[in-house]
Amino acid sequence: MSDPKPTLDRADSRVTHASGIGGAVEQFIGRVKAGDLGSLPVIVGLAIIWTVFTLLNPIFLSPNNLVNMLFDCSTTGVISLGIVCVLILGEIDLSVGSMSGVGSTLIGVLWVNAGVPLPLAILAALIAGALIGTIYATLRNRLGMPSFVSTLSGLLALLGLQLYLLGATGSINLPYSSTMVNFGQLMIMAKPLSYALCLVPCVVMLVVGLQTNAKRRAANLSAGSSGGLALRAGLTTLGLLAVIFYLNLGRGVPWMFALFVALVLVMNYAFTRTQWGRSMKAVGGNAEAARRAGINVRRIYVSAFMLCSTFAALGGVLSSARLASASQQAGTGDVNLNAIAAAVIGGTSLFGGRGSAFSALLGIIVIQSIANGLTLLNLSSSLRYMITGGVLAIAVIVDSLARQSRVSHGRA
Amino acid sequence: MTERPTPKGELLLSLRGISKNFGAVSALTDIELDVHAGEVVALVGDNGAGKSTLVKVLAGVHQPTSGSISYRGRPVTLTSPSAALELGIATVFQDLALCENLDVVANIFLGQELSPLRLDEVSMEVRAWTLLNELAARIPSVREPIASLSGGQRQTVAIARSLLLNPQIIMLDEPTAALGVAQTAEVLNLVERVRDKGLGVIMISHNMADVRAVANRIVVLRLGRNNGVFTPEASNQELVGAITGATDNAVSRRESRMAEETK
Ligand SMILES: Nc1ncnc2c1ncn2[C@@H]1O[C@H](COP(=O)(O)OP(=O)(O)O)[C@@H](O)[C@H]1O
Ligand SMILES: [Mg+2]
Repeated sequence: MSDPKPTLDRADSRVTHASGIGGAVEQFIGRVKAGDLGSLPVIVGLAIIWTVFTLLNPIFLSPNNLVNMLFDCSTTGVISLGIVCVLILGEIDLSVGSMSGVGSTLIGVLWVNAGVPLPLAILAALIAGALIGTIYATLRNRLGMPSFVSTLSGLLALLGLQLYLLGATGSINLPYSSTMVNFGQLMIMAKPLSYALCLVPCVVMLVVGLQTNAKRRAANLSAGSSGGLALRAGLTTLGLLAVIFYLNLGRGVPWMFALFVALVLVMNYAFTRTQWGRSMKAVGGNAEAARRAGINVRRIYVSAFMLCSTFAALGGVLSSARLASASQQAGTGDVNLNAIAAAVIGGTSLFGGRGSAFSALLGIIVIQSIANGLTLLNLSSSLRYMITGGVLAIAVIVDSLARQSRVSHGRA
Repeated sequence: MTERPTPKGELLLSLRGISKNFGAVSALTDIELDVHAGEVVALVGDNGAGKSTLVKVLAGVHQPTSGSISYRGRPVTLTSPSAALELGIATVFQDLALCENLDVVANIFLGQELSPLRLDEVSMEVRAWTLLNELAARIPSVREPIASLSGGQRQTVAIARSLLLNPQIIMLDEPTAALGVAQTAEVLNLVERVRDKGLGVIMISHNMADVRAVANRIVVLRLGRNNGVFTPEASNQELVGAITGATDNAVSRRESRMAEETK
């Protein structure tokens, strides 16, 4: 090394440090080999799925079909975001489908039937979710009840509650001309705004990245190059612009999907840049170590289960808008498993301690692509269930193999 | 042997009649222990004597079944690890209690992160390197998961973490068991430095040479009970006798055999 005085973190001569683009690629390959796959498998899988469906039916890739798909992604995607929270702790919530059904029912019962103002009805649904989540966490904290069991009984109890609330009619229609239903079916972001928003990630990446680099240099730590940073920010924005341009050839970007992405970004920040997110990963990795470090483990469980059920209720609210009704069918069928499968397919580990908010986004796109593609081929839901089940199995196998590889490469 | 009189520092920690039962097993019975500022107390005893259990009681991990603890003259109850940390009692556990999925910086700052709503990674990384360099640690990168480190490296990370909060008392449960020669010396130096700064240190070790090198007092536990307090000048035979509970035992027989053979 020509540098006479190595930075604090580069003093150990045994470690090879990536330099330049070639080094970065090499480091990436090494990480993948060690089982630190990140979102690589899901992106590869998505490419395969999209190629196959486009070959079978070119309509699949048409802008308006993709826009429809994004509408459909948003409801289950929000539920899946909650699942990521509990999976990071190594826990599970099997009742998110029923919870979303209750959320959607509350909108119908309170807003349509009882005439409660819409914002209050939505708030009530979210509070119901938070309450249910707190119950699961309390059962776990006080009685040591595994979340697998408590949420399984919750699945039945909430389904019963949904049927009870709906009463004999079994279905409540939301008014078609309402903003609520428009939001779920029609509302599209203005094109200039959608392009302007593409620039936001670029600006944020550049500003934060340059600040961090300057701070690291000032603290005598190694820092990345500004050129590489600009390249990454530029490529991100170009990619986004291309996607938005293509969607704008059709109807454009649904506001409901924008809401979902915004929630993903907020959760990503919370997971990666806050003390709460750090504590979540610590508890998921080694709960006893987290407790001894002074973390209030019980409170972490409460926060995760509360968030999960609240997101499920919100997903139900959105699905009532999407379907323009609150019915006995809401939240039943494959909603539950799709939400859980999406998080796992997207790369959040079932073993706890690892996960990312983006896995909900990527995973739900995979699942909706399969559902949408098969519908275009006029294939029945029987085949859809089998294929989605197969993809989930593959995702879990990849997760397990990657975990074994991480253990043997010391990256657990 | 150097003269090392018990310092007259403030009485930091005082345990009276501490007992701890795990179901039918009495891991600790009627334990007494005092720790002064600027003093190293070595806690020795055979495997299963209750040393780790005592440390965990003081760290707030286990609640004692009975007995009282006072800290700087005030009676305290250590209901949780965070309560102990807040009082200024830091612990390096025998079973290290690190999160393998997190990197070194995240482990050192676990539960104590700087600026909780917008983590200050740069300051945390700098402080982590400073702590590790003070321990002369050989850690290749602080941004790798703990799972990639050797046992000794993990030990150093655990020790660095205990120093983070500038505690009043540090408890080290077999801190040198997994360490190499240079690292062991480094940890013993650290124990002396920490003591000279006026902190109280409780150190558990099976290595009598290490214990004699740094301890002001040697407290022996046997089968969960106090079994004598010794100075570092005490003979090996006295210590081993107290630890094993017999004057005629494998260690003393071996020593007398060696003595005869060398005659
Ligand atoms: N969590 C626990 N549950 C039940 N028994 C325990 C537990 N921890 C320690 N013990 C028992 O307490 C006794 C003392 O153990 P320990 O304090 O670890 O000994 P040492 O550290 O001196 O080797 C042992 O008999 C052990 O089996
Ligand atoms: Mg022990």
